[in-house]
Amino acid sequence: MTAEPTVREAIVHKSSGKTRLYIFGAAAILLIVGALFSESLCPYDPYLQNLDAALQQPSAAHIFGTDRFGRDMLSRVIAGSRASIFSTFLLVAIITAVGTAVGVFCGWARGRADDLLMRGSDLCLAFPGLVFALAVAGVLGGGLHNAVLALAAISWPKYARIARSQTLAVRETAYLKAAMLAGCSTTQLIVKHILPNIAGPILVTAMLDIGTMMMELAGLSFLGLGAKPPTAEWGSMMSETRGLLQTVPWAVFAPGVAIFVAVMAFNLLGDAVRDWMDPKMRN
Amino acid sequence: MNEILRYVNVTISYNAVPVVHDVSFSLREGEILGVVGESGSGKSTLLKAAMGLLGPGGVVTRGDIWFKERNLPDLPEEELRRLSGAELAMIFQDAGASFCSIRSVGAQLFEAVSAHETISETDFREQAAALLQKLRFEDAARILESYPFELSGGMMQRVGIAAAMLLNPAVLLADEPTSALDVSVQKQVVEEMLLIREIWHTSIVIVTHNIGVVRAMADRVAVMKDGRIVESGATRDVLEHPAQEYTKKLMAAVPKLRLRRGA
Amino acid sequence: MTTPILQAQSLKKIFTRDGQSDFLAVDGVSFDISAGECVGLIGESGSGKSTVANMIAHLLDPTEGRIFLDGEDVTDAGARKIFRTVQMIFQSPQESFDPRRTLGDGIGESLLNVGQSRAEVRGEVGRLLEAVGLSPDFAERYPHEVSGGQCQRAAIARAIAIRPKLLICDEAISALDVTVQAEIVALLSRLMRERGMACLFICHDIALAQNFCGRILVMYRGKIVEEGAPDEVVQSPKREYTKMLIESVL
Repeated sequence: MTAEPTVREAIVHKSSGKTRLYIFGAAAILLIVGALFSESLCPYDPYLQNLDAALQQPSAAHIFGTDRFGRDMLSRVIAGSRASIFSTFLLVAIITAVGTAVGVFCGWARGRADDLLMRGSDLCLAFPGLVFALAVAGVLGGGLHNAVLALAAISWPKYARIARSQTLAVRETAYLKAAMLAGCSTTQLIVKHILPNIAGPILVTAMLDIGTMMMELAGLSFLGLGAKPPTAEWGSMMSETRGLLQTVPWAVFAPGVAIFVAVMAFNLLGDAVRDWMDPKMRN
Repeated sequence: MNEILRYVNVTISYNAVPVVHDVSFSLREGEILGVVGESGSGKSTLLKAAMGLLGPGGVVTRGDIWFKERNLPDLPEEELRRLSGAELAMIFQDAGASFCSIRSVGAQLFEAVSAHETISETDFREQAAALLQKLRFEDAARILESYPFELSGGMMQRVGIAAAMLLNPAVLLADEPTSALDVSVQKQVVEEMLLIREIWHTSIVIVTHNIGVVRAMADRVAVMKDGRIVESGATRDVLEHPAQEYTKKLMAAVPKLRLRRGA
Repeated sequence: MTTPILQAQSLKKIFTRDGQSDFLAVDGVSFDISAGECVGLIGESGSGKSTVANMIAHLLDPTEGRIFLDGEDVTDAGARKIFRTVQMIFQSPQESFDPRRTLGDGIGESLLNVGQSRAEVRGEVGRLLEAVGLSPDFAERYPHEVSGGQCQRAAIARAIAIRPKLLICDEAISALDVTVQAEIVALLSRLMRERGMACLFICHDIALAQNFCGRILVMYRGKIVEEGAPDEVVQSPKREYTKMLIESVL
C-alpha cells in the first residue's frame, strides 16, 4: 500500500477543429469566385450553337460533351453557375431579412399583431412549399426573378419563427433589462442588443438553407417556371436534356453534378459554421 | 474503524493542465467528510475522478483512489459502471432534475434499480416505500406514484437523495446537494443525509461551498483552494480555530446570525 | 418629515398565462424607503421578492397599486423615465452584460443615453471602474473574460454611473463565492455611504440581511409578513414563518 503513487498519461482533448470550416469555406468561395468570373472561365461560348457538333460524347475537347444544339456542356455548366448561385443568394438574403424583421417585430410587440403574423406564417408552413411556389410563379409568370419571389413568399416563415423565439428569449435576459434601465429606446434595444444576439442562429440557418434553396430554384427551373432558355441555369439545363437521358446521359449528368457539388459544399459549410458557432462545441 | 475510500497523492489534469494537486485523504466507514472551497478550487473534480466522470481530457495523472481494494482510476469502464450506484453512489446539485417528467417517480426508480439487481415491481414498491418511510417522508406511496412536476423542487431533491440509497451503497459522494435549495429545504436535506448515515452507517463525502452545511453534518473537513487541500481536521477544530490564512478569511466572510442581543 | 425616496403602495402582480390559472405573485405589498436607507427584503424562492424589485424598476407593470419616487407618482412612467433615479443589480453578473459588447459599453450606456459625449463617457467609465476597485482596462473586456466577482463589480459601476438615489440589489451576491460576497458587501456599503444612495437589498440569507441592512422585510407567498429592525426580527420574530426561517439557518 505504501508503493509510489501510479503515474498516468495525460490526455489532451482536441476541441472540434476549424479544419472543416476552412475546407468547405474554401470550396464555397471557389464556387462563388468561379460564378463571378464565369464568362472568362468558359472554354467555349456557352450560347454558340453548332449543330454539326450536336450531342457529342465527352472528349478531350468537350469534357462534358455537347448538347443537342452543339453547345459545350462544360461552358454551359460554368455559365449556369452565375444564375444558379447568385439567384440563390438573393433568395436567401430576401427571406432572411424579411423573416428576421417579422420575427423580431412579433417577438417584441407580442399581442394581436404577433398572433396575426404568426398564424399567417403557419399557413405558409402548412402549405406544400413547391405547390405554392408553382402557383405564385404561375401567376407572376416565368423567369428567374419571379421564381425567386415565389420561393421567397413561402420560405420566410422559418426565419420569422427563429427570430421570434430568439427575441422572446433575449427579452427575458438580465442584460436586456439592464439596457432598459440604461434608458435605451426600443430602437436602441432592438438594434444594439437584440439583433446582434439573435444573428448567430439565423445566419447558420441561412447557410444551411443555401443548398435547399438552390435545389428548389433548380426544381422550379426544371419545371419550366424559372430561368428561360437559352439562359444557362442548372435546373433548366437538366430539364432541356431530360428527354435524352437514355441516349446521351452525359448531358443531364453535367448540370446534375454541378447542383450536387454546390449543394453539398454549402450544406457542409453550413454544418461547419453551426458547429463552430455553438459554444458547447467550441472551447 | 476501517478505511473505505482513500485518495493517495491524487493529481488530476485536464488537457495536461493539473487542476487538482497531490490530494490525499481517507474516509472511514460511517464517517462524513466535508470538502469546502470556492468555485474553481477543484472540489467537485475530486468526486468526479472517483466515479470516472471527469469527461473529455480529464485524467487522474498521478496517484490512486482506493475503494474496497480496487484502484478506481485504473478500473475498466465496465467494472466501474457496475460499481457506481450499487457500491459507490453520487448525488448532484440537481438530483431532482435528473428525473424524466413524463413517467412516475416510482417507475423511474424501479428502472434504475433493476439495472443492478433482479427484483419484481411489487417487491420493489414495498422496499422503496419502506425506505422513504425510514427517511421520514410523509406519504411515501403517494410520492412514488407522483410525476416529478407534481412535487416541489426541494421534495424532488430529497427523493433523489433517498433514491441513491435504494441499492445501499457503502459510500455516498454528494456534490453541492443543497446549493440550489431554499434554506428551509437545505436543513431537511442535511437531516436526511445524517439519517442515512445513522441507519445504514453509510460513509459520505459532501462537497459544498456552504460552511453552514459542513458545520451541521461533517465529522471532518478539508478546505480546498486552487486544487490543493490547505487545511483539514475535525470540523470543530478547523472551523472554530482555523490555522491557515485562507481558512480564516473564509470563516470571516461567512455572515453570522446574531441570535442574542449583543452577541 | 421628509418624503421617502420610494413609496410602494399596495403593489399587486397577477401573472396570467394561456391555459393556466392566474398566479398571484405579489399580493398587496406596501413599504417606504427613505434617502440613504438600506432595506432588506428576504424570503424564499417563489415568495415574490424579485417581482417586487422588477415592478419598482419598471421592468414589470404592477397589476394594481402605485409607486412613488420622491413623492411623484411614477407607476405608469416606464423604465426610460425613472432610470436616473432607480438602478438595479442582478443575480447573475455575467448574464447581466450583453455578451457581444464590452463591459465599458455596458457601464457607459446610460451616460450616452442622457447625452454625454463619447469622450466624457470614456473618462467617466474609467473613474467608475476605479471606484469599484477594478483597473480602467476592464472597460475593454467582455463579460465572459472576467470572473463573477469582477463582473459584479462592473455591474455595480454600471448601476451607480447615473448617480441613482435608489439601488435595487436582486440577489446580487447570492451567486458569488463567500469571500467575494464579503468584498462586494463592503463595496456596496462604502458606495452607499459616499453617495447617499438608498438600497433595496433582496436576498434569501437572513444572516446577511441582519448584518448589512438597517431594516428587514420578510416576504412569504406574495405578502410582507414581518417588518422591523434586523436584530428585532432575528432575535424576537413575531411570525411562525420568520421563526422557521431563522431556525433553518445552519
